[in-house]
Amino acid sequence: MDPRPSDAARLPKVLARYAPLAGVSDELLDPAGRIRPVWRGLIRHLDALSPQAMAARFERGDQYLRDAGVFFRQYDAGSSTERAWPLSHVPVLIEEAEWTRIAAGLIQRADLLEAVMADLYGPNRLVADGHLPPALIASNPEWLRPLVGVAPRGGSHLHFLAFEIGRGPDGTWWVLGDRTQAPSGAGFALENRVATARIYSEIYAEAQVHRLAGFFRTFRDALQGLRSDAASQVGILTPGPMNETYFEHAYIARYLGVSLLQGEDLTVSDGQLMIRTVAGLRPLSVLWRRLDGAWADPLELDARSRLGTPGLVGALRRGSVTMVNALGSGVLESRAFLAFLPRLSRALTGEPLLLPNIATWWCGQARERAHVAANLGRMVLSDALSTRQPFDDLNPALRTVPSGADPAEWLAAEGEGLVAQEAVKLSTTPAEVGGGLTPRPMSLRVFLARTATGWQVMPGGFARIGRSADPAAVAMQRGGAAADVWIVSEARVDAAATLNPLSGPYVRPQQGDLPTRAADNLFWLGRYVERTEGMMRLLRARNVRLAVTANPDAPLLTLADPLFEAFGVDPTEGIPKALIETLGSAIYSAGQVRDRFSPDGWSALADLNKTARRMAERVTPGDDAARAVGALLRKLTGFSGLVHENMYRFTGWRFLELGRFHERAMGMAALLATFADPAAPDGALDMAVEIGDSVMTHRRRFSLTTSRPTVIDLLALDEMNPRAILYQLEGIRTQVAYLPDATRDGHLSDLSRAVLRCHTALATELPEDLDTASLWALHGQIAGLSDLLTQTYLR
Amino acid sequence: MIYDLRLRIAYGFDAPTGGGRHHLRLHPATIPGVQKVISSRITVAPVPSERAEFTDFFGNRVTDVAIPAGQDEITFAATARVERLIRPPEADLSPPLSALGAELGTVRDLGSAAPLHYLGASPRIRPWDAVQAYAAEMVADAATLVEAVRDLGLALHRDMAFDPEATTVDTLPEEAFAARSGVCQDFAQVMIAGLRGLGVPAAYVSGYLRTVPPPGKPRLEGADAMHAWVRAWCGRDAGWIEFDPTNAMFVGTDHIVVAQGRDYGDAAPVAGVLRLAGAQSSHQAVDVIARDSVPPK
Repeated sequence: MDPRPSDAARLPKVLARYAPLAGVSDELLDPAGRIRPVWRGLIRHLDALSPQAMAARFERGDQYLRDAGVFFRQYDAGSSTERAWPLSHVPVLIEEAEWTRIAAGLIQRADLLEAVMADLYGPNRLVADGHLPPALIASNPEWLRPLVGVAPRGGSHLHFLAFEIGRGPDGTWWVLGDRTQAPSGAGFALENRVATARIYSEIYAEAQVHRLAGFFRTFRDALQGLRSDAASQVGILTPGPMNETYFEHAYIARYLGVSLLQGEDLTVSDGQLMIRTVAGLRPLSVLWRRLDGAWADPLELDARSRLGTPGLVGALRRGSVTMVNALGSGVLESRAFLAFLPRLSRALTGEPLLLPNIATWWCGQARERAHVAANLGRMVLSDALSTRQPFDDLNPALRTVPSGADPAEWLAAEGEGLVAQEAVKLSTTPAEVGGGLTPRPMSLRVFLARTATGWQVMPGGFARIGRSADPAAVAMQRGGAAADVWIVSEARVDAAATLNPLSGPYVRPQQGDLPTRAADNLFWLGRYVERTEGMMRLLRARNVRLAVTANPDAPLLTLADPLFEAFGVDPTEGIPKALIETLGSAIYSAGQVRDRFSPDGWSALADLNKTARRMAERVTPGDDAARAVGALLRKLTGFSGLVHENMYRFTGWRFLELGRFHERAMGMAALLATFADPAAPDGALDMAVEIGDSVMTHRRRFSLTTSRPTVIDLLALDEMNPRAILYQLEGIRTQVAYLPDATRDGHLSDLSRAVLRCHTALATELPEDLDTASLWALHGQIAGLSDLLTQTYLR
Repeated sequence: MIYDLRLRIAYGFDAPTGGGRHHLRLHPATIPGVQKVISSRITVAPVPSERAEFTDFFGNRVTDVAIPAGQDEITFAATARVERLIRPPEADLSPPLSALGAELGTVRDLGSAAPLHYLGASPRIRPWDAVQAYAAEMVADAATLVEAVRDLGLALHRDMAFDPEATTVDTLPEEAFAARSGVCQDFAQVMIAGLRGLGVPAAYVSGYLRTVPPPGKPRLEGADAMHAWVRAWCGRDAGWIEFDPTNAMFVGTDHIVVAQGRDYGDAAPVAGVLRLAGAQSSHQAVDVIARDSVPPK
């Protein structure tokens, strides 16, 4: 309804163009067009800002999200891209008293869903007694038969839930969908909060907004409490970096301090779920899965899954692991369940639902079908077993009566496969458009976590804000935005802004053992980054010389061709494609272990990648390429510096370093074998010293003129030179000594012994004796060390 | 009839395997009044690092084995003695196909033998239009469901060629049907698709067929490997009826049941996940000896 002119006249100028839509409720304005009390402070604050000041504050939030590397993955036909996080800068404000009622309704619903879940995977009384149609279960792909009869360890199936809710035209809240499988969004809610608190830093501290950290702290404690013993771990199971919400998986794992795992990281041994680590198998007894149930075990569930762990269902059957949530809980997300939950609530608890869900009719029943046929104009039809959200992305589950068909006949024919739902009219909330506020449709995702003392509701949530007035436009895949949700208290709030340590006396946490897959990715990240650097140094030296010679076939220019060829690089390209690909491999490896990186390290790598790709389009060989590669080298050094200065010396860092040492040692051996060969053309030795970044050192230690012995000494045998082969071997020796089982019962491991042998042999070489053949042999030995390392730790 | 069963399934690998886990459905089923297991034993070479048994949703006994890494060959062997009880022929108590829907509408059971599990699509069998039309045409003259099952099975036996070269274990029934050829697994899965297309719950059964035919009878197809056939739910009174489309016969004392489920995947004799670097090959040998056909010593 439109505000009356007299009221609108009194609205502040930031609301000059704020006109609620007819027939929907609005969060900000009451039906009389007055600002609701809970919003007054925020609107007053915004109204006092000039458009420039408002834009600057909003930019603070966006800047934070960019710096933190928050993204989501958008899917187009056949491809997907990482997109900047679309924050709607105006939070949604809800009074605490109203929130308390919502929370009570959702807790009741969570308990009801647990009871339904226990029945569907237990005695199946609800079907036998006629409360649920059997077809809804028997033909449901989310009802996982291998889990029937498997009692969850600890007794509960559901531990972490989300509900999508919206406010209807009459002002009451409705549940639009239940997320019981592996709900996402809690981590994004937290990031939205950090960004929004920065935007409103002047008022946030005094705005009496409930903080979110307590919710996460409680849930983390609950997860830790579910462990079988202190030695076993909690993990988060992710489908991997290509998943839409992988950022959140990595973020939550980092925030809660638990391992982020993929199916491949796990194995089952004697009925116990174990993490494969570089130190052997380590038990895990609580798994928060962000992976759909059917993919969790290729042996007993979907055999096509490459994301799961064979034997996982067996471990559940043995009761050795708690799954958050139990496998099979996706069945409750089927849209047709909304048609039955009101009745199930009465049947199971004798109580009506405190918070109604959106009116839903399953078309498998004649009476319901007749009602749907008579009211088709107000209905949205969709697949009965669809688990998609009400306004999901380009929703393939939506159905319409084919043109020309008789609706009643068609409904009867499709019957069991269809549900009809009342078309949703969501309430609107302010969003900033063109410097002023505009009403946009809004739905809210609310999170519940089970703790030892019952369900906790996150005081806040994840609001979706539509791009246009169309309620379907709230989907982020369709351009919708996300907003923070402020639950505003009548009194001051507990301002614990961050995660406190676990309750009880402080115990220094054990370093979790590094999963094998993470170690492998870190090792290869080190190798690819170093390989990129090596290529860049060769390329720069070549292009510098190309710029001053007229002859591209000059012997000094073609000398490195075999080295380029070994990595598939065409050195006549300004920025070679193969260089971009190697960098891409580094990014891929880093992306696999994103939870182990500071966002700064990731940003540095992503920035390097972006710049290199941009340069590749226009850079020409010669001086242009030499300077471009120089710029890239400086960026790469920035990443290396971050890693070296900031990364904690845990086992993962050692694998990263080992990768770099290996690659650099091999690169230098190949470089010297080529450029310090007696048959190499004039200038080759100087070029080697330049590529080895040791021009100054050579001058200081020896003289202006290079000779084979001085170059070999400096670049192979000088353990003080961070470019020399011996320096790398010393590094390998040091890091290997820290790895698990480097010595056993006082004896060196095979790897330690091989490293020591290689190091000692080189350390006792004389420059004269290290000829081309022995340099190539050394190259082969170092490659052998990499293989041995892989066999020992990375399989 | 008492049978001695022997099965050996061997896998060879080009490169040593990584660690793996397998589920074996090789123990013959105990079916009151139909089939009695006198003894049953499964051996695995190499010796598994773990071994356990459980009963799956469909009532099959499953042997779960973990096999350590580094194998060139893995062999699963099963030996069993089973008594197949002779049942007197039963009167056809099944309703006509047109009456089945109403009867199914009254079923409120989700136990493992409940017909509802076997009605819709399953991972390997998704009824498609052509097989549904074919099935409807083939059963047009059937007065009862049991007759409909028989007519469809006989039609497939007539129209499909038994050809071990035509298909593999992962061939989809639509491919086998389009080529009109395959082995027992394909015959069974196509028939199941046809029955489900008609609205008849149909299950996949794996088992054995006697190798040495009774005197004067021909040797049956599929006796040199594990066999497969179909169970169809023919209403409350008739219950589950078994038909072997590969051999155009109702299942009798020549068949020994091992496992059953919605399709091959639920009843597979060996299901496994193994980390492999190279190619693999497999070999299967079966002996099913009727005790009274063994000549006296």
